[in-house]
This record gives sequence, C-alpha cells and structure tokens, in this order.
Amino acid sequence: MRSEHIVRSFDDELQQIENLVTKMGGMVELQISNATISLVERDIDLGEQVRADDKKIDALEAEIDTAVVRVLALRQPAAQDLRAVVAVLKISTNLERIGDYAKNIAKRSSVIGEFRHIGASANIIKRMSALVQVMLKDALDAHVSRNVALADDVRMRDDEVDQMHNTLFRELLTYMMEDARNITPCMHLLFIAKNVERMGDHVTGIAEQIHYVVSGSLPGDERPKSDVTSLIAITPNDGDRADDDSNDGSRE
Amino acid sequence: MTALAPTHDKASQAKLRHPAPETDGEAALVSARNVDVYYGDKQALIDISLDVPPNQVTSLIGPSGCGKTTFLRCLNRMNDLIDICRVEGDIHIAGQDIYAPSVDVVALRAQVGMVFQKPNPFPKSIFENVAYGPRIHGLNRSKDELQGIVENSLQRAGLWDEVSDRLNQPATGLSGGQQQRLCIARAIAVKPKIILMDEPCSALDPIATARIEELIDELRQNFTIIIVTHSMQQAARVSQQTAFFHMGVLVEHGATEQLFTTPHDERTESYITGRIG
Repeated sequence: MRSEHIVRSFDDELQQIENLVTKMGGMVELQISNATISLVERDIDLGEQVRADDKKIDALEAEIDTAVVRVLALRQPAAQDLRAVVAVLKISTNLERIGDYAKNIAKRSSVIGEFRHIGASANIIKRMSALVQVMLKDALDAHVSRNVALADDVRMRDDEVDQMHNTLFRELLTYMMEDARNITPCMHLLFIAKNVERMGDHVTGIAEQIHYVVSGSLPGDERPKSDVTSLIAITPNDGDRADDDSNDGSRE
Repeated sequence: MTALAPTHDKASQAKLRHPAPETDGEAALVSARNVDVYYGDKQALIDISLDVPPNQVTSLIGPSGCGKTTFLRCLNRMNDLIDICRVEGDIHIAGQDIYAPSVDVVALRAQVGMVFQKPNPFPKSIFENVAYGPRIHGLNRSKDELQGIVENSLQRAGLWDEVSDRLNQPATGLSGGQQQRLCIARAIAVKPKIILMDEPCSALDPIATARIEELIDELRQNFTIIIVTHSMQQAARVSQQTAFFHMGVLVEHGATEQLFTTPHDERTESYITGRIG
C-alpha cells in the first residue's frame, strides 16, 4: 500500500476520480446485463430504458474528463500518479464505448423481437455477454486494487469471447443461406454479436491500462487474438452442416 | 515569444478603471479599489482593483518585478516603512479603510500577519518567539493563558509534536521548514484575520514545502491567506483564487481552476504556459 501524499487534498482528489470510474463501471456492467436481457427475453421496455440510461454514462465520462484535466492543471502529478490519471482518461473512453455497444444491442433487440428465435443464437450471445460482464467486473476490481495478475487474466479470457463470435458468425451465415426470411434477424444478430465481441476488446483495453499504471508500459506479450470472422467465407455448397450438432434451440 | 505590451493607452486605461469585480455572492474580506503605488516617480502598481474572499487562499502570481509583493505589502501597510513609497486608492479590510488617519498600524499588523520568504525567527527561544506577540498585545491575563496560546499556536502550525520537549531552546536551532512553521505559529498567535505570505517556501526543500502547503490547506478554515509565489505550480496546488500581475497591472484574476485551465487573457496564457520569462 503506497503512503499518502503530504498534502491530503491531493489524495482526496485522486480518490474522487477513482470513485467516478468505479461508478461508471458499475453503470456499464448493468447496461450490458439489461441489454442482454432485453434481447433474450424480448423486453422492449427494458431496451428503452437501456437506451435512455446511456446518457448518464456519457455525462459521467464528461465529468471524469473535467476532473482529470483539473488534477493535471492544479497538481502536476508525476510518476504513478500521472500514469493513473492518464489511464483513467483512457479507461473512461473504453467504458463509454462499451456503454454505446450496450445501447446499440438494446436498440436492435426491439427489431429482433419481431422475428422467431434463430437457432441457439440468443443463448450464445447470452453466454458471450455473461463472459464479458465478468471480465469487466474483474478488470474494474483489478484497477481498484492495481492487481496486474488479474488484469492479465482478463486479457486472456477475451480469446473465448472471440471464439464464440466466430462460431456464431458461421452459424448465422448458414441460416441466412438456408432461408431468405432469416436474413433480417440474422444481420441484426451479427451486429449484436460483433458489438459484444468489441465490448470484450474494450475490456481488454481497460486491463492493459492497469499494466501501464503499475509498470509504466503496456503488456508486451502477445495474447491470443482469435476473431477470424473477417476471413470467413461460406458458399451454399460448403458442407457446414456439422454445426447442427451444436444447436440446442429449435429451428423451424 | 509573445510580446506583452504595457497597456498605457487611454482606451485601455479607461477600461482598466472597471467597476467592482464579482465576489461570488460572499462579501470580500479585503477590497482594493483603484490602487496606485509609486516608488518616487516610478509607478509600480497601476489601478489595482481586487476582492479577496474570506477563508480561502488567494495567490498572487507574476514575473519578477510585476508588483505582486508591493501589493501584498499594501495590505498591512509595510510599505509605510519605505520613505519614497506612496499608496493611493482604497483598501478596505472587513469594511474598514486601513489607510484612514485613525488606524493604528500596530494593531493592523496583528490583524494582518505576515510570513516572509526567508524564515526570520527572533533570536529567542521557541517559546518566546510565539509568546512575544500576544504578550505585548495584552492578549493574555495570566502566564497559564500565555502558555495555552503558545501551545495552541504551535499545534495549529503543525510544530508542537516536534518542539514540545524543547520550548526553551533557541529557535535558530530548528530546520528551515520548522523555522517557517514557527513563524506561522508566531503570526497566528496574535489572532489575525489574514495571513500574508511572501514566497514562504522558496527557501525550503520539496518535502518541507509540501508540509507548509498542507498546513495552508488546514489554516484556511480559520484564516484568510494571501500568498505571493513565483511558482505558479504552487499557486495552482494551494490556492482557490489566483490573481496574475504583470508590469504593475492586474491582468486577470479568478478561480484558480479556471485560470489554469482556460485563462481569459492571452498574457495569462503566455505566462502560465511558460512562453515568457
């Protein structure tokens, strides 16, 4: 535990900024959860609430920016204090983007609700989202406690999110090829899945900032990056029916 | 490099004689209006109007020779000690004109204490340094009461724990930072409303400086502090209000946070970003 500053108000100001980040993180976690529920359970009202609540997240980002600029101007922080406030600026941007993705998911869920469920897509997205939520919670905990090991672990878990995204991408392509009526909901689901995958990337960004705060550099080691959707191509003659076995939902 | 032209043309001078600055609703403790100060024929301060709010730290910043210390010394009439110095205009403290003929300057200087750049303890014991002022002002009725005033002042100056077991030892045996805190204790022992500080940390190392800055943060709950500093970083850290002087003119003043993030005047911006010496 580092010792306190001689001028206690400096400690108070830094703590205030950290508290704002924790608050913003908590709000974003809830947004992800609510957006996912609104999608899976086709809860239009909840989706509307998520969209409205995004403004609070944007307002918090602005508040954090102001507080950081203030500390930079008035306290001339150095060393880890400086890295901490610079990291907060980046983390709040990451959080704001995650919030935007949650809002976007909620927006699309009202469209999806008009169509039948597409295979196991809802469940896969639910599992991806749950993974990202836990990753975010752990990243925020790691930030508060300056726990580099936990932050590194979060980074590694993004691989699983990417893998699930790949799987869902293939599946949705297949459904679209089967039946043109699936195209609209599948396109939205593709975007939703991509949003969750991007959320995972932003959580990874948060985890990397913890590394920066503690050590002064971003993690150098390569983490597995498994999102290959930009390379996937399926044509109608491909024998991709093997994916049928992994479906646990109905597909009428 | 930005040139800062002195604004002596008529239009600017007319603009300078502006109405009372805003005080944010709370009555100012110190109120200066149209103050001009001359050293002989040379005008050192030009039409200074400034309000200082109570229970806050106001810093006066600006390059060497800008008049900030001259202005500070107007507030407790230390400039009276300089023969060729002439002060014109109005300075009111707690509603009273401090340059009125009836004012007792000795009493004024108890009410408006001062701490200087180089710590200047009396060549006496630690105890006597703090006791001297209250004794000659008749602030105590008994020895015990005087003891209490000394202890209280040293506590508030954050020095008691370090000197309580050696109060009879010479003050000059203390470190620089301790001597400065002793001078602060000495100033607050006579129960001032205002403490003026003229570059109080420039002779101190960073740790001693930080301790004084923490002390200033605590003291402002009970006192109003006006600090001249040539370190604008210190002004940014320690004050809630900042006034920027340049070549005898009060260029800009306002909330420290606003001045250091979005100053209104380009001269201020030049100075605080280090674009002029």
